[in-house]
Amino acid sequence: MTPAIELRGLEKSFGAVRANAGVDMAVPPGTIAGIVGENGAGKTTAMNVVYGMYRADAGEILIDGKAVRHDSPAEAIKHRVGMVHQHFMLVENFTVLENVVLGAEKGALLEAGLAAARTELQRLSDEYGLQVSPDARISDLPVGEQQRVEILKCLYRGARILILDEPTAVLTPQETDRLFRILKALKAQGTTVILISHKLKEIMAATDLVFVMRAGKVVAMRETPNTTREELAELMVGRKVHWQIERVKASPGAAALTVEHLSLAAGGVPLLDDVGFTLHEGEIVGIAGVSGNGQGELLEILSGILKPTGGLIRIGGREITPRHPADASEMRTLGLAHVPEDRLKYAMAGQFTAAETGMLGRQRVLPFKGPNGLIDRAAIARHCGDLMERFDVRPRRIEQLAAHFSGGNQQKLVIAREIACAPKVLLAGQPTRGVDIGAIAFIHRQLMALRDGGCAILLVSCELDEIMGLSDRILVMYGGKIVGEVAGEEADERTIGLMMANVWKGDAA
Amino acid sequence: MEDAIFQIVALLAGTLRIATPLILCAMGGVFSENAGVVDIGLEGKMLAAAFASATVASATGSPWLGLTAGILVACAMSLVHGAACITYRGNQIVSGVAINILASGLTMVFAVAWFHMGGQTPGLDNAARFLPISLPGSESLAGVPLIGPVYANLISGQTLPVYLTIALVFLTAWTLSKTRFGLRLRAVGEEPKAVDAAGISVAGLRYRAVLICGGFTGIAGTYLAIAQNANFSREMSAGQGYIALAALIFGKWKAWGAFWACILFGFLDAVAIRLQGVHIGAFAVPTQAIQAMPYLLTVLLLAGFIGKATAPKNDGVPYEKGE
Repeated sequence: MTPAIELRGLEKSFGAVRANAGVDMAVPPGTIAGIVGENGAGKTTAMNVVYGMYRADAGEILIDGKAVRHDSPAEAIKHRVGMVHQHFMLVENFTVLENVVLGAEKGALLEAGLAAARTELQRLSDEYGLQVSPDARISDLPVGEQQRVEILKCLYRGARILILDEPTAVLTPQETDRLFRILKALKAQGTTVILISHKLKEIMAATDLVFVMRAGKVVAMRETPNTTREELAELMVGRKVHWQIERVKASPGAAALTVEHLSLAAGGVPLLDDVGFTLHEGEIVGIAGVSGNGQGELLEILSGILKPTGGLIRIGGREITPRHPADASEMRTLGLAHVPEDRLKYAMAGQFTAAETGMLGRQRVLPFKGPNGLIDRAAIARHCGDLMERFDVRPRRIEQLAAHFSGGNQQKLVIAREIACAPKVLLAGQPTRGVDIGAIAFIHRQLMALRDGGCAILLVSCELDEIMGLSDRILVMYGGKIVGEVAGEEADERTIGLMMANVWKGDAA
Repeated sequence: MEDAIFQIVALLAGTLRIATPLILCAMGGVFSENAGVVDIGLEGKMLAAAFASATVASATGSPWLGLTAGILVACAMSLVHGAACITYRGNQIVSGVAINILASGLTMVFAVAWFHMGGQTPGLDNAARFLPISLPGSESLAGVPLIGPVYANLISGQTLPVYLTIALVFLTAWTLSKTRFGLRLRAVGEEPKAVDAAGISVAGLRYRAVLICGGFTGIAGTYLAIAQNANFSREMSAGQGYIALAALIFGKWKAWGAFWACILFGFLDAVAIRLQGVHIGAFAVPTQAIQAMPYLLTVLLLAGFIGKATAPKNDGVPYEKGE
C-alpha cells in the first residue's frame, strides 16, 4: 500500500545543531503511528518540517506517493496535513468558532463563513465525539477542550493526516482516554494519525506502529503489538535502562514539616485553600494534579518565594505565618532545599558557570565564603567538581556556562546542589521535566537514597507514573485544595485520575 | 437660551475640528497596534504629511494633490517603521522615536531650504485648501429651534477631511469586527504563531496594517496643514500624535473607544480655548491648567478609573518563528 506520508532523508539544522540528520519513515494510511525519542531527538522538528513551519535543508516529503514541498503551513494544509502543536496555536481572546475559521474564512466577510463553520463544527462534533461550545472564549476553556478545538481546526480544514505533538502532557488520565477514543474514531474514518509522545505507556496503548528517533534519525520501527516499553526505552536511549524503581518500605520518623490551614489568595481569587498535611522524616509524599491546581503556589510558599495569606507552616522549630513569614534564605537555614519546577527561572542563571551554579543560594555559607567576605573561587570549583563526579554531570567542565548543558545535566547539577547541603526537607518540583530517560532513572534513585537517609521529600510532578513509583503517600490537588489522599502502595491510576478531575465519589463498594 | 445653544454648538463644532487629527491618528493606531506593531511614530508621520501636503498644494494649487502627497509620505515612513519592526525585528519604540525625530528635523531642513520663510511654507489660497462645506438645507432649517443651529454649525460647515474621518471610524470598526482581514489582524496582534500555523503570512498582515496606519496619519497631517490651517509651520503637530496614542490606550485599542476618547480630549481642548481669560471670582484660570487636562485625565483614568487597559497580547513583540 502507498504510504499516506513518507519522509526520505529529511535534514534540518539550526546553526550548528543538526536536529534532523536524515529522517526516513513511511506511515501507511489509516493507522496511528507513534514517534518516540528523548528530548532533542528531533521528533518535533521533523513534524514541523512536514507541516511547513520549518523548511528542510535536504530530503523529500511524499504524500500519497507524490513528492510535495511545504514552504509554509498553507501548503501543508492544502495537502490536507494538520498539526496540533504542544503549545496550542489558539488566539485566547477569540471564540472557538473564530479560532476554527481563522485562515479558512470562506470569503472576505465573516458572517457567512462563521455560519457555515457552525454547522460543520456541529457535524464534526457529533461524528467524532469532539464536544465544544462554539461561542465559548478559549481562555475560559479547560486545556482538554482547547485541545479538541485544535483537532477541530485541523478537521475543518479537511486534514487526512493529523500530527499531534505531546498531546497528553496537559491531560488527566480520563481526558487522555477520551483523546485516544477520538483518535481511534478518526482512524476508523481513514485519517492517518501521527502521535509524538515520550510516554511509552500511552504509545503502547494508542498506536499501531512506533518509530523510535535518536540523534536526529529514525533508528527503529516496531509494530506496537510486537514490542514492549522496555525495548522502546532501550532503543531510545541506545543502552539498557533500569526501568523499575527498586523501593523498600519507608520507615517514617518524626514530623519534619507541618502545614495547617495554609491559604493563598491573589486579588480575591483563592489559589490555595485550607491546605494541610504533615511530612515525616524518611518519607516521600507525592502531590498529584493537573498542572495549575495550586501545586506551584504550594511549592513557592514552602520554599519562601511567596508569602501565605493564611495558615501556618512548622519547620525546624519555627512557626511561619502570614505575620511572621520567612524568605527563601531563611527557609534554607531551617534545613529546607528546593528543586524548583521552573529550573531555568528559579534554579539557575544561564550565564553563570557550572561552578557558580553549583553553589547558588549558599554563597554566604562556609566554605564558599572565603576570607574578607569574598567568594572563595577555589572552594567553589572543588565543590562543583565533586558534585559533577557524584551525579555524573556531563561534560565535566566546571567553567562551562549553565545554559550550555543539556536539560538533563542542568537538572542533575541543580539536584546535586540541593542534596549536597544535607537537607532535612527537600521540595522536588517536576524533578525530571525535560530530562532524558537515562537521567530520570538516576534522579529517581538519588531521591530514594535521600529518603532512606531520613530526608523528608515533597514531590510535585505532572507525571503520574513518577508520583506512583516514588511516593509513600499521595495527595491529590484540585482547585487549590487537597481533594484526596492515597497510600503509595494502594494507588491506582484510575482513582487518582478521578481525584485529579475532582469527580471521585469514594468507593461505593 | 438661544445664545446658550449657540455657545454649546460652537463648542461642539470646535471639539470635532480639534478631534479630527486625533481620531485619524488613533484609527491608524487601532490598525497598527491590533496587528501587533506599536506606533509611537504617529506624531512624526502626521508632521511629515503636513509638510508634504502643504508643499505640494502650494506648488500645484490642488488640495487633492496635497492630500495624495501627504498620504504617500506618511506611508513611506510607515514602510521604514515596518521594515525596522517587522522584517528586522527591531525595537518598535526606538523605531517610532526615530521616525519622530526624523520628521521633525527633515521638515525644518526642507522648509528652510526651499521656502526661506523660517520653517514655514507659503500661505495657501482658498482654492488650494479644503474649505468648510455648506450642506444643502442649512439655510432653510436655520429658523428651526435647536435643529437649525445644530445642523448649520455642527453637522454642516465642516471641511471634507472631517466628514471623511467620521466615515473612516465606521469603516475601521466594521473592518475589525466583520471582515476576514479584521479577524486575521486581531489574531496577528494577539497570537502571531496561531496565524503562522494557520498558513497566513504574519509579516504580510503587519505590513498591511502599518500601511493603513500610514494612510490615516497622512490624512491627519494634510488636515492640519491645508484644512485647519493654510500652511505648514514648525512642529505644527504639537504632540497630537501622542495624545492620539493615549486615546488609543484609553479606548482599549477599540475603534469606538478610541473615537470617544479623542472626542473627550478634543472637547477639553475646545473648552480650554473658550476659557481663555475667564475669571472665577477674582481668580484668573490659567489656560495652561486647562490645556494640561487631557494629559492629567489620561494618567488619572489609566491609573484606575477605567479598569485594566489590556493591549493586544503580542503588541510590540516582533514575531520569530520557532520555539
